[in-house]
Amino acid sequence: MEINLPNEGMPKLPPFRFGSWMVPVIIALILLTAAGSMFYQIGPDEVGVVQQFGKFVRTTNPGLRLKIPFGIETVKKIRITHVFKEEFGFRTVMTGQRSIFDGGSDRNIQTRRLTHSQYRSSGGGDPFLEESLMLTGDLNVAVVEWIVQYRVKDPVQYAFRIRDQRETLRNMSEAVMRLVVGDHAINDVLTAGREEMQIEAEQMLQDVLDSYGAGVEIRNVILQDVNPPDEVKASFNEVNEARQEKEQVINQAWKEYNRVIPRAKGEAEQKIRGAEGYAVERINQANGDAERFLLTLKAYRLAPEVTRQRLYLEMAEKVMPQFEEKLILDDSQKGIVPLLQLTRERGGREP
Amino acid sequence: MKQPLIALALVALAACGVIVLNSAFIVDQTQQVVITQFGEPVGGPLKEPGLRWKIPFIQVVHYFDKRILEWDGYPSEIPTLDKKFIWVDVTGRWRIDDALKFLQTMHTEINAQSRLDDIMDGITRNFITRYRLPDIVRSTNRILEEKVYGEGEDVVEEGELESVEVGRDRITRQILDTARNILKDYGIELIDLRIKRINYIQSVQLKVFERMISERKRAAETLRSQGQGVRAEIEGQKEKELRRIVSEAYRKVQVLKGEADAEATRIYGEAFSQDPDFYAFMNTLERYPETLKESRLVLTTDSDFLKYLKKVKTS
Repeated sequence: MEINLPNEGMPKLPPFRFGSWMVPVIIALILLTAAGSMFYQIGPDEVGVVQQFGKFVRTTNPGLRLKIPFGIETVKKIRITHVFKEEFGFRTVMTGQRSIFDGGSDRNIQTRRLTHSQYRSSGGGDPFLEESLMLTGDLNVAVVEWIVQYRVKDPVQYAFRIRDQRETLRNMSEAVMRLVVGDHAINDVLTAGREEMQIEAEQMLQDVLDSYGAGVEIRNVILQDVNPPDEVKASFNEVNEARQEKEQVINQAWKEYNRVIPRAKGEAEQKIRGAEGYAVERINQANGDAERFLLTLKAYRLAPEVTRQRLYLEMAEKVMPQFEEKLILDDSQKGIVPLLQLTRERGGREP
Repeated sequence: MKQPLIALALVALAACGVIVLNSAFIVDQTQQVVITQFGEPVGGPLKEPGLRWKIPFIQVVHYFDKRILEWDGYPSEIPTLDKKFIWVDVTGRWRIDDALKFLQTMHTEINAQSRLDDIMDGITRNFITRYRLPDIVRSTNRILEEKVYGEGEDVVEEGELESVEVGRDRITRQILDTARNILKDYGIELIDLRIKRINYIQSVQLKVFERMISERKRAAETLRSQGQGVRAEIEGQKEKELRRIVSEAYRKVQVLKGEADAEATRIYGEAFSQDPDFYAFMNTLERYPETLKESRLVLTTDSDFLKYLKKVKTS
């Protein structure tokens, strides 16, 4: 309609003409836009997924690539080597700084996540805590924080199979982690079972995502802080303290044991060695005595009568001077004995 | 003049453009479409992506997603068979399987989401109320089995550890199967359904915390008394060991001495029995000097020592 206007409203204007200069300009413009939408660049960590009229036709590798312009072919760039990370029960605000569920230091982050699955009336608790609070197999409660690291293993599947890949991964990760924790006792969850649970969760999550054809490879499921809820933490610590105490008492007892027993063993050994010494001594003495006797006897037998006499006299010589008083009686005068003042002599000897 | 002609050509071109644009449409790799003509569906749903054609203005294209879609329910408070109140939060993944049926029954995805909420909530409720809490939390009886050969150091015996008969895995599968059958009528394929979260409601949670605390305290007491017990045991062991060592040493000492004494006795006996009389004589003589000190001696002249005092010649 507007094209007719020049005829009536603006007759004075020079006639609109497709001058010879117009055509090249228009063609140049068309070519320029074509060139602009023909080239695209794929980064070193990316793969390009090309669609022609919406239909997937090919994938392209890093570099400068060509496609059919004017929106006939479109490209989705998928980061294939990059390892993505999802956090559960906490959010990393900046590297090295964690936002845990105390106070609302990061409300915007918390509320952003809350919108999707908000607890309608569960008492408006901390959203991170709701993510991490879970029931263990013995019907206790544990607070489990973990991360999932994943990367795209099949860009085509990743691009076309699931609408919200991240949310799917998050939901399933939560479901799987609760399934795994639900099969362990709280002691296991808090201490020894970590390794096993990580492996289990990783495997299960991978299976679930593979069943969807998500095109995602789970690299790692890593448990972070795993704690009893704050309300019961003190009593868990008490158990730890009691365990320390127990160890200490036992160590003390062993220390006492080790202080006494080796010493007693040593002393016992000492006594035994002493007795062995006694035995050797006793036998040596006996042998000595016996040999001396036998030697003497041998010599004695050469002249028994005289030797006997000599030995007797030698003895008498030694003994006689020792007597304080010697009374010599003739054997025919036996009656004198009662006359000796035995008692007086005794008393006088001890002034 | 050429100008009206050119204008006419331009109008015709524009009209052609509008018609072409209205009759061509693109189905994305992630989409499927249903075409309706005056509201009546024409042909089946189109799932193949690419450039497609339709009758302009008369036929209308309805686009639906072909991908796996998310559904995340609201948590609902449900009592279990053993009368425990818990929050159950279920999540699922679904896909529009029959776009035509879906168009007829649900019309839009937003509508479908809210219908899913209703349907799933009902089914979840039905199944959760049918089972006891342990069945819902655990999938296997591994805990019970492991307890048998666990170190048992501070495992608190619990009356509540009942064995699992059905288990979480199978309960969710039952919910999934039931829901899947219902949703088939809406052109929806339910691909997966999982319990995302289970939590105690606030008041139950407080009680659970109390129980946990008392259990821990009991465990702490058990540990302490175990420590005392082991100490007493070690002390007893020490006492026993001590007595054993001392008495064994005593026995060995006595045996050693006895053997030595016996040997000595044998040696003496052997030697002295060669001439008992001489032994008696010599030994007696040897003992006189020591034993007869500071005594008074009364001798008669017929003793061997003094007999020569009386007379030289003896008969």
